Amino acid sequence: MRTRRGLSTVVLLAPACLLFSLFVVYPLVRGIALSFYEWNGVDAKTWVGLDNYRELFADPVFATALANNFRWLCCYVAAPLLGFGLALLVNQRLPGMQLARSLFFMPFVLSQVVVGLVFSWFFHSRFGLLNEILGGLGLATVAPLDSERWSIYTMIVAGLWPQTAYCMILYLTGLATLPRELTDAARVDGARRWSLLRYVVVPQLRPVHFIVFMVCAVAALRSFDYVMIMTLGGPYDSSTVLGYYMYEQTFLSQRYGYGAAIATVLLALMSCIVFALLWHLFYRERR
Amino acid sequence: MIKQAQLVLLVALACLAPLASAGTLVVNANTTDPAPRAAWEDVVARFQGDNPDIQVQFNIYDSESYKKSIRNWLTGSPPDVVFWYAGHRMRQFVTPGLLEDLSDLYVTGVKESIHPSALDLVSVAGRQYGIPYTYYQIGLYFRRDLLATAGIAEPPQDWKELLAACGKLKAKGIEPFAIGTRDLWPAAAWFDYIDLRLNGLAFHMDLMRGAIPYTDRRVVRVFEHWRDPVNMGCFSRNHASSSWQESQALVYTGKAAMMLMGNFIVANFPPEMRDRMEFIPFPSMSADLGRFEDAPVNTLHIPARARNKEDARRFLSYVLRADVQEALNKATLQIPVNLRSGVAPDRFIIQGRELLARADGLAQYFDRDTSEDLANIAMKGFQEFMLYPDRLDAILANIERARLRIYGAPPAPSPAK
Repeated sequence: MRTRRGLSTVVLLAPACLLFSLFVVYPLVRGIALSFYEWNGVDAKTWVGLDNYRELFADPVFATALANNFRWLCCYVAAPLLGFGLALLVNQRLPGMQLARSLFFMPFVLSQVVVGLVFSWFFHSRFGLLNEILGGLGLATVAPLDSERWSIYTMIVAGLWPQTAYCMILYLTGLATLPRELTDAARVDGARRWSLLRYVVVPQLRPVHFIVFMVCAVAALRSFDYVMIMTLGGPYDSSTVLGYYMYEQTFLSQRYGYGAAIATVLLALMSCIVFALLWHLFYRERR
Repeated sequence: MIKQAQLVLLVALACLAPLASAGTLVVNANTTDPAPRAAWEDVVARFQGDNPDIQVQFNIYDSESYKKSIRNWLTGSPPDVVFWYAGHRMRQFVTPGLLEDLSDLYVTGVKESIHPSALDLVSVAGRQYGIPYTYYQIGLYFRRDLLATAGIAEPPQDWKELLAACGKLKAKGIEPFAIGTRDLWPAAAWFDYIDLRLNGLAFHMDLMRGAIPYTDRRVVRVFEHWRDPVNMGCFSRNHASSSWQESQALVYTGKAAMMLMGNFIVANFPPEMRDRMEFIPFPSMSADLGRFEDAPVNTLHIPARARNKEDARRFLSYVLRADVQEALNKATLQIPVNLRSGVAPDRFIIQGRELLARADGLAQYFDRDTSEDLANIAMKGFQEFMLYPDRLDAILANIERARLRIYGAPPAPSPAK
């Protein structure tokens, strides 16, 4: 009995393991291996050991990209907060809430490319809607996408729009699964609005918080679409992120080894964050 | 039932495959824009009419993904003919032996018909590795009516007149130069031209192949000249977030007067602008230098590992012919490289052909003449310089670091010629 169960486990797991090894593990290993070479895609690969990493850690553009990813990560904390607020709002049983819910959810349905385009037109310094409005009100116009300081935040704002919608949906499903008896019991015990939220609803949603934060952290680290559509990392390299810098070094500068080194660092970074969150979750569960 | 049908189909395909490869010529192209696409499909159809024994399989790829795929093709299993670019872009594939030597196609009579500078651009050590079929001029496209408004009767001929014109335009509230540097390369045209006008083609090409430091006094001089219009505020405000397509609208709406651009811009002129737009070559900056121009040349090549080189040679010889280049370039509104071809009856094309035929030498374009890696870093530097000219030293030091990494230490100075 035991061995048969063991056998069926192996058989059932085999396809997934095979596909996972072929399409995830193998490219991953190849990618990491490539980061120890210098290669332009045409000539023979040259083994350079840790040179790519040495260069990377002295590369000011890499530092900028890392800092921008960090900014993105910090700002994306706003998505769960806003999403939670929106979820509480549209969860009310009021007339028209169904419509409001769909409208708030809409940005998540849009492709990130479309969102990026819409925002780059909105913020465009010469033809953008924002400056039309500011100009119409007699205010000074702005050019956030041209600024080495602000262009990264412009993209984060664009990214927050669909990300908030996504968090809202996750929280809405979380709220729907909350047992009614619990809130009713709390009400009987005299919990009102704020204390109900603080001591009953928020702690009950702990698994949802975890998922939402992890999804946002990963989204912040993988940000690429908005950079590709809105700024191309510019002006010069001021708004680049690791994902875009990797793409640029690999496919525009034809430095496959260096691009692979950036990808490896990004992978390590993402793994750290995900493992930290997972560890935190298990630790809390055990306690 | 379905399985059976699939099997039959598979067997049928397997039988067809060897048939298809005999006498099939596989051509991979990057001509996705409607006009060049139609023009090339026409060329292929007529070639096929003349050569009924050859089946041409003409594959068109989007030009960005084409750039990424061509490396895989050349090192793996390549098509018989590839579309590509002259200059460094071609040389980087010639050096590792990925392109076929095509010197045998340039027989007497054919060789003389091709623009000598274009021939140079597809040659490495005296051997030819490609077929040039088109190029276009780059220069200042401007609105004469706006210049007249600012009291400029004649378009500027030299750098001083250009700066003077800028002053007058600014006084009228017109931006002298529309530019959008979001995609970086529009800024590189300014660098190319100031360098060609101040230091000449030989120096420019030495710089492009990494033999001269970017901290060289002569390079610094380029930026010292470029700094004048930057500091005067001659370029569009907020150019870093605009594409060239967006920035051209400033000219058509009368907000800006001039634009340094390739002749492909002519296709975008709105009908009411066509008669108001004019072209002048980039003004001269030094009287004792020849006139050199940027003129990106597009080319065809045969990969060294191609299977059907014989038919590929017939196709390339066909594309070298004066009548074929004439038809092709009339349809795409560009300039044939064959000097015996006629050109489209278009004043910009006629002007461009004359300009390039009289030029003392041709460069490609910054990002086609130097390594992609260096071009990428340097063009970002140009963009930063146009926003913060005071950072010049740091920008040049950064480009020079990249040059040393890519091209190694400077070779021993060659004895003066």
